[in-house]
Amino acid sequence: MKAIITNKLTKKFGDFTATNEITFSVDEGEIFGFLGANGAGKTTAIRMLCGLLKPSSGEATVAGFDVYRQTEKIKQNIGYMSQRFSLYHDLTVRENIRFYGGIYGLRLSDIKRKTDEILNTLALQTVADSLTISLPLGWKQRLAFAVALIHDPKVVFLDEPTGGVDPITRRQFWDMIYEAAHNGTTIFVTTHYMDEAEYCNRVSIMVDGRINALDTPAGLKRTYNVDSMDGVFQILARGTSTK
Amino acid sequence: MNAITIETVSKSFGSVNALQRVSFSVKPGELFGLIGPDGAGKTTLFKILVTLLLPDAGRATVSGRDVVTDFRYLRQTIGYMPGRFSLYPDLTVRENLDFFATVFGTTIEANYDLIRDIYEQLALFGGRRAGKLSGGMKQKLALCCCLIHKPDVLFLDEPTTGVDAVSRKEFWEMLKNLQKQGLTILVSTPYMDEAGLCDRVAFIQAGKIMAVDTPTGITTRFEKPLFSVRATSTYRLIQDLRQAPFADACYAFGESVHLTARPGTGVLPVVDYLHSRNHEDVVVQPIMPGIEDTFMELMTK
Repeated sequence: MKAIITNKLTKKFGDFTATNEITFSVDEGEIFGFLGANGAGKTTAIRMLCGLLKPSSGEATVAGFDVYRQTEKIKQNIGYMSQRFSLYHDLTVRENIRFYGGIYGLRLSDIKRKTDEILNTLALQTVADSLTISLPLGWKQRLAFAVALIHDPKVVFLDEPTGGVDPITRRQFWDMIYEAAHNGTTIFVTTHYMDEAEYCNRVSIMVDGRINALDTPAGLKRTYNVDSMDGVFQILARGTSTK
Repeated sequence: MNAITIETVSKSFGSVNALQRVSFSVKPGELFGLIGPDGAGKTTLFKILVTLLLPDAGRATVSGRDVVTDFRYLRQTIGYMPGRFSLYPDLTVRENLDFFATVFGTTIEANYDLIRDIYEQLALFGGRRAGKLSGGMKQKLALCCCLIHKPDVLFLDEPTTGVDAVSRKEFWEMLKNLQKQGLTILVSTPYMDEAGLCDRVAFIQAGKIMAVDTPTGITTRFEKPLFSVRATSTYRLIQDLRQAPFADACYAFGESVHLTARPGTGVLPVVDYLHSRNHEDVVVQPIMPGIEDTFMELMTK
């Protein structure tokens, strides 16, 4: 089964078409890079796929659920993490885990088990009862990712998850992404780091609301005859509305 | 005389040492990059240099003037673009620019030469409110506003964070053009690939300067053998290489994996090791370290 399927998915705001008939599918366990310049329509597309915004036309299913009629089912079966919104700073690490476990309806015994698992895997035992605000940014990001996976979602959406972190932390974060994908979770990720686009199984590039290219990084580089994803992006991503 | 001189500047917030004895200098006309991740201390240093924050210890000058005692003079002669968008969202493009010109006692016309290339890209949207501009346009308007009084030294705090790869490239072309007109520019960024576009860079991490040099010079600080490694399964490749007896560090790097090895390690032992772990299509090449390799190596020292 495909984790995500869209067919001519479209969103209009008045006479502006933010997302224009995008059609693609994502396999289970795939790392799918969703790229585009600022203003190309990525956020609108992601909000529709997460069940937060009703499409104007077209079809889509996420984890097998319909984006018009089964938005609550979608929300229960996906994880979401963005750079800005993720953890409550004035809760401790343990409280954040418990809070999100509760939100997703996990049993108390499962929350306990998940808490131990996350604290052990991320080596956060010593700061388990510290306020989240006191953690270094990289730790917070890894915690946010673990929390986004707490209910074992089929698909996880990562919206610029690595902005601003140091190069080692950024790679440790990708280690976690690889591991989750290895365990069968589908990863849908946006990024402005073109080296990270290379880590994806396949990459789509949005320009002015449309998907103008979709292939493996190697395939895209062959097609556009350049040696890096940055080269591909520089050729494709310059649309008209983003100038 | 240096355009910017920083001598053992320290600053703490409670128990957090945001800056620890930071020293470096920037020459007149230089495009100087302060490279480091979030939380490294970049913004704290900028705020001290633009006279908005007092250092706990140490001394800094801009255009030869002390940032603590000569703040009145400096505020009129430096340009500062903060990391957060700080224009008036409910004023139009033109009104914002007019406002900043008036505050500095000048007019848009008086210094139009300096901003012409950038402002012409905005002119079509002159009547649009700043809050309604796209990210790239906001950034261009902010740059115009901090240039309108023809500053001697320009401070740009993470102007390209969160900006897409194409707009980032355009922004750096604008900086190069401004440099040609004689401006000294200190710019901070968390993007390592932008370091290569500067005349010189300082690496900052956890409040300390790790190195100051030209982009090519700085990579000579990396002294261990470095290899680019590829195989069919990148995930398994990284896992296995990290356990190898010759491995010092191993990280994904675009389409390949960079392996930092113990001194004296050659290509063959790496290839043999990977074959013994059943990797397919193994390619191992010795490579020269880049800016990001060097930053990571210095971070772990």
